[in-house]
Amino acid sequence: MSGNEHLQLSISTEPDVVYVRQAVRKLASEIGFSLIDQTKLVTAASELARNALIYGGGGMATIEKKQQGTRTGVCLTIQDQGPGIENIEKALEDGYSTGSGLGLGLGGARRLSNEFEVKSAPGEGTTVSITRWL
Amino acid sequence: MYRIPILRVEEFLLVSIQTDLDDALAVKLQDDLTTAIATHHARGVIIDISGLEIVDSFIGRMLADISTMARIQDCHAIVVGMQPAVAITLVELGLSLSGVQTALHIDQGMRFLRRFLAGRDEEASDERE
Ligand SMILES: Nc1ncnc2c1ncn2[C@@H]1O[C@H](COP(=O)(O)OP(=O)(O)OP(=O)(O)O)[C@@H](O)[C@H]1O
Ligand SMILES: [Mg+2]
Repeated sequence: MSGNEHLQLSISTEPDVVYVRQAVRKLASEIGFSLIDQTKLVTAASELARNALIYGGGGMATIEKKQQGTRTGVCLTIQDQGPGIENIEKALEDGYSTGSGLGLGLGGARRLSNEFEVKSAPGEGTTVSITRWL
Repeated sequence: MYRIPILRVEEFLLVSIQTDLDDALAVKLQDDLTTAIATHHARGVIIDISGLEIVDSFIGRMLADISTMARIQDCHAIVVGMQPAVAITLVELGLSLSGVQTALHIDQGMRFLRRFLAGRDEEASDERE
């Protein structure tokens, strides 16, 4: 496989967040991730999918197998067309929340992945990409 | 809509989460438990999460809120059966679950609750003397 398998899921309801978790789990386990690595990736996916639903007004998840040289991984991209994040630095801080959360989701997702990237600007939506390698 | 069943065992309530928990279901469980504690005058609640494949910030908050809510109702909540992979992930996520009592499995949770409540009864009768 050349690393082009990908799956897209829309996130517009609370059960959709669960479907994203299940799809990420399925791919991670097929690729051979350990239970602990699966759990870390799925937990990060859950945080990002929920953020897209709550703050972004819904969005899209793209789940793909990634191949880089001899490395294999899972890449998850969560995209929304919501209001965007004004201060990304701040949003990544533990304990910072503009909602009623604990403010752990974004920073936690970063800690739970090997690669992490946020693209966001006010009025332009938010895209978060994470990768975890096998 | 599906609800997570709440069972009565002696003076305790027992909940075993065996399904993927979406946020709405988690909120419903919290509400149902609060009501059930009052209705049954439950003194202890055991929440078995051995079937949960993840605990993220939302579910973690629910477990903490249930523990607080129980305490306010003079009831003691204990979370049992957390998978090791879930516990490891929680730490990295940054969730401390402070205020949430945990035990390995249902048996241990029951034993703890019995001892804990017997100790409290004793204290209460000492105070009366
Ligand atoms: N997709 C998004 N669109 C707009 N703002 C976002 C998005 N994701 C996160 N944010 C902003 O970043 C803040 C921090 O997000 P984070 O996930 O860390 O915490 P939270 O969602 O508030 O609480 P928790 O995830 O712990 O339940 C949010 O409160 C919100 O203001
Ligand atoms: Mg969040």
